[in-house]
Amino acid sequence: MIEEPFAQGTSFIHNMEPRIKILAAFALSLAASLCSHFSIIRVYLLISVILVTAARLNFGALAKRLKPLFLFLSMIWFILPLTFEGRVLYHYGRIRITEPGILLSAMITFKSITIVLVFTALVATMTVASLGNGLHRLHLPDKLVFLLLMCYRYIAVIEEEYNRLLRAAKFRGFIPRTDLHSYKTFACLAGMLFVRASLRAQRVHKAMLCRGFNGKFHTLDVFLPNRFNSIFLRAIVCMSLGLFIYEQIWF
Amino acid sequence: MAENTGIIRLEDISYSYPGTDSKVLDHLNLEIFQGDRIGMIAPNGTGKTTLLHTIMGLCKPDGGTITIFGNALKNEKDFLPVRSKIGLLFQDSDDQLFCPTVMEDVAFGPLNLGFSHGQAVDMAKKTLESLGMSAFEQSITHRLSGGQKRLVALAAVLAMNPRVLLLDEPTAGLDNTVKERLIHILNQLDISYLVISHEFDFVSAVTDKIYSMENGRVLTNAGINIHHHDHVRKHSTLISTEYSLPGFFLEVQQHKKKALKK
Repeated sequence: MIEEPFAQGTSFIHNMEPRIKILAAFALSLAASLCSHFSIIRVYLLISVILVTAARLNFGALAKRLKPLFLFLSMIWFILPLTFEGRVLYHYGRIRITEPGILLSAMITFKSITIVLVFTALVATMTVASLGNGLHRLHLPDKLVFLLLMCYRYIAVIEEEYNRLLRAAKFRGFIPRTDLHSYKTFACLAGMLFVRASLRAQRVHKAMLCRGFNGKFHTLDVFLPNRFNSIFLRAIVCMSLGLFIYEQIWF
Repeated sequence: MAENTGIIRLEDISYSYPGTDSKVLDHLNLEIFQGDRIGMIAPNGTGKTTLLHTIMGLCKPDGGTITIFGNALKNEKDFLPVRSKIGLLFQDSDDQLFCPTVMEDVAFGPLNLGFSHGQAVDMAKKTLESLGMSAFEQSITHRLSGGQKRLVALAAVLAMNPRVLLLDEPTAGLDNTVKERLIHILNQLDISYLVISHEFDFVSAVTDKIYSMENGRVLTNAGINIHHHDHVRKHSTLISTEYSLPGFFLEVQQHKKKALKK
């Protein structure tokens, strides 16, 4: 089941139009990823922290969400300083820790935290349904939007089916081990899941035809045009563009 | 359209699954008239679902003619206008509810019929209200319970204002409270419908006549007389394997007890 712990809220960020939030998140994260100086990336990090604070997100849930990111970063901190060429800061036998390696790891850490925080503050604060709606209104191809919405709708159903199959196997004494029998069983489960998903897709398509589906995507959400929306978007875009130009000229 | 012909008429329909020889529907005839409330009780695998899908044009028959509202329907294009006037409730509600929220799902049909945004929302709201489901308008569909899903799926079908309803095992997997609610709802509708079900009590509570299916054909004179408990014995001889389960006998016994009390 896809949880949307941040989607419900009353902050001004929650009330903003999905389109605006998607565009703002895109602009900010693109600019942050192009940045290559520590003094500038700190500003982006500050902006992302401000956005997260403004969205009034639960700090514990946010930390939980950042956990996989930190796992990934720890891997980078483990590999890059040891393998990068450059000025050696410290060495022990053949193991050498280089300065550029550490700098690069720090940069990646700053950037990824910034981008994840921006997306949490702006994109995770709407439901997947609103996200689909926003992407549709940004003229993304209907097929992609449908793909997203259908995944969202049916991933829980498929998970349920998988659990049901696995439970049935366990009730008949199946214990997963590292042997051929276990692999075969899991292969059968996966195959069955594909077969069922395909059959379900056919039934869903039939149900859609029954209700007059003709390839068009209708959406119900109405977001009233709001002056604040466009001000927010302009502010974010100006800030990202400003920082980008500033970096190009002065550094 | 003449007065004495049915709104849905299937003549000599045959259907077999692609790649197989055995006929699921074998020269089947069926006629549904305006105001009919028909129940269909038959074992699994006798082609009940296929029959409903044939009426909707989702299964293309190998032979025979389908006449709906006086028009003979042949290809996909002929079926398009018919689908908005016949509502099919699927066996599994998860197949039918594919939009993220309940409101979007119920409004999906009206929007496809060309109603404006406001009208579609209005129709969806009214339909949900009539089924007592107003509180779920903004709910996320996949988080609803089984019973709620079934009622929302029914709302989605009813929102298109169909003239005929086809219900494919509407009570499967539901508890008694939801079943009773369904019985209440169906009895208040003033449109024709055909209900497929395995539950005799449910079918007899919502329909006027009961058909069965055997060897790919519809049996209309199955000798089943509702509110008379003799039918149960006849019925269980007619339908052999499926109902020789203890559960069914229990149901039959309960039904008999109820009838005796009366």
